[in-house]
Amino acid sequence: MMNEECVIEVEGLWTRFGETVIHRDINLCVHRGEVLALVGGSGSGKTTLLRQMLGLEKPARGTVCLFCQALRSCGPDAMRQMHNRCGVLFQDGALFTALTVYDNVALPLRELGLLDEAVINSLVMVKLDLVEIAAADAEKFPAELSGGMVKRVALARAIALDPELLFLDEPTAGLDPERSESFVKLIKMLRSQLHLTVVMATHDLNSVVELSDRVAVLTDQRLVAVAPLKELIKLDDPFIRSFFLGERGRCALTGMENARLSA
Amino acid sequence: MITSPSLRYVAIPDREGRVELTGAWNLAALGKQINLLRSQLATYAANQGLHWDLKGVDSLDTVGAALLWQAWGERRVKNLSLRPEHDALFVGLGSTGEHVSPGARYDWTVPVVTIGESVLAFLSYLYAAVQLFGQLALDAAYLLARPSRAPWREISTNIYRAGAQALPITALLGFLIGVVIGYLSAEQLRIFGAGVYIINILGISIIRELGPVLCAILVAGRSGSAMTAQLGVMKITQELDALSVMGISHTTRLILPKVVALAVSLPLLVLWTDAAALLGGMVSAGFELDISYRFFLTRLPDVVPIANLWLGFSKAVVFGLLIGIIACQFGLRIHRDTSSLAIGTTTSVVTSITIVIVTDSIFAVLFSHVGLR
Repeated sequence: MMNEECVIEVEGLWTRFGETVIHRDINLCVHRGEVLALVGGSGSGKTTLLRQMLGLEKPARGTVCLFCQALRSCGPDAMRQMHNRCGVLFQDGALFTALTVYDNVALPLRELGLLDEAVINSLVMVKLDLVEIAAADAEKFPAELSGGMVKRVALARAIALDPELLFLDEPTAGLDPERSESFVKLIKMLRSQLHLTVVMATHDLNSVVELSDRVAVLTDQRLVAVAPLKELIKLDDPFIRSFFLGERGRCALTGMENARLSA
Repeated sequence: MITSPSLRYVAIPDREGRVELTGAWNLAALGKQINLLRSQLATYAANQGLHWDLKGVDSLDTVGAALLWQAWGERRVKNLSLRPEHDALFVGLGSTGEHVSPGARYDWTVPVVTIGESVLAFLSYLYAAVQLFGQLALDAAYLLARPSRAPWREISTNIYRAGAQALPITALLGFLIGVVIGYLSAEQLRIFGAGVYIINILGISIIRELGPVLCAILVAGRSGSAMTAQLGVMKITQELDALSVMGISHTTRLILPKVVALAVSLPLLVLWTDAAALLGGMVSAGFELDISYRFFLTRLPDVVPIANLWLGFSKAVVFGLLIGIIACQFGLRIHRDTSSLAIGTTTSVVTSITIVIVTDSIFAVLFSHVGLR
């Protein structure tokens, strides 16, 4: 691992919805510069954990620190500064349907109140170019875009402020295999360009294999393991075995090996 | 850790000078100094021949790069030396497509086009509303033949929501309006010593006009908007499509229950509001003109022909149908974006209220000889 500085630190986190416990004593540290994949079955609370890291939800117990600052004790100004350093790609994109593609990406830049329209214009166009959205599509509304394009525009918006930390919630869900592969490539490329730390919640084994430095496995309310994929598959846990070493898992893993051999 | 961004000019004898940039040129570091730096950059960039040295820049992000790019006039300067890892940023800036923002030029045909479009839109709404009404009539006929398939549960839910839950607010409103009208009329009638006619005024105006119209406006705002929004959100979340593929008709399962519920509950609400308003008027008349409640109640049936009640009732049924159809109509027309939901709901309520008042005046003309002696 690079240095051991924690960008996100989760300590003793519990989540309850009414009587149901979602998370039981979660401890996690996300290192600077790494890609951490958060895997787990449906309903295991991956998205909830992401939302708690962003401060959108408050855990029942425990603390979440972002950039060494506890979210709980943050005032609104500190919170805003912190959010300016984070980019989030929501599962369904969460583009503002009333705004065009261009305005969606420009919004976080305009909200800063520092940049003039000319600079914003070139920034937006660079970001759109980066996610391979043609300039001709910039004046379209989200309702006119395909699912894959919505995801890419949402990613452009997420990286509009050159964040240090990028949250991806199911980045490849709902994309066809080819699209999801190019999306994974795109994130890889962005990562090398922008020196990102990435936390992604996903189901998709291929993107876990392709992107992640470490994998955190959430199951039965607990974080059972946080380790690089290679070490992870050696662990003896029923969920890990079925998730990674089932038919699909083996496929993805051998795909990785084959690619490495041919490279 | 973050070194602040700075630039300095190094003069070189006999040649063009050099601009040296150092520090972190990223969003976090630029912060408030951005305007100062921008003007400095612009001054140096005006001199074409300068050499730009970016080797001292520790970190450069897209914002920093875009700032330079703008200063250079959206092109790469000739004499530029920079770290290899920063090169990609400028390559990226250079390869973007041109963003053409839609022009805001004034076009003289706009007023004509706008009027034409609104007329066409009105006609298409009218057409769709008639079509929906026809479909509902067919559905109703179909369901009358097979009562077991009728959506009774939905109808009952809607009657509860649009009718029963509106009882407190309509009662309050009716009572207050009754008090106000009673008070104002009493003041005027006392001048002529015709205080006893307050019963005629209150009876006719409330039962014939105010009750139905007041109720209809309230229901249009309360239930009509809710129906439009519900259908609109169901459209946005594709619930309507899900119903379609299950072979469940929107009109029978969603729209008919709403329209029927309004047509049933509005007359009942009108009856209730009439009662509350008359009560208010009666209290007012008692205070102002010393008309006893007993006298008020025995006199009321004598001075207000029963036809007025039936007229108010039938108006309420028509209003209910209209509000239901208009609300659902607009709900189905909502597109998959949030602003269209807002516009649709607003238009739905405004249209419902307008149509209610227009219909009321048509009724007033048609039945001008009924129930008035």
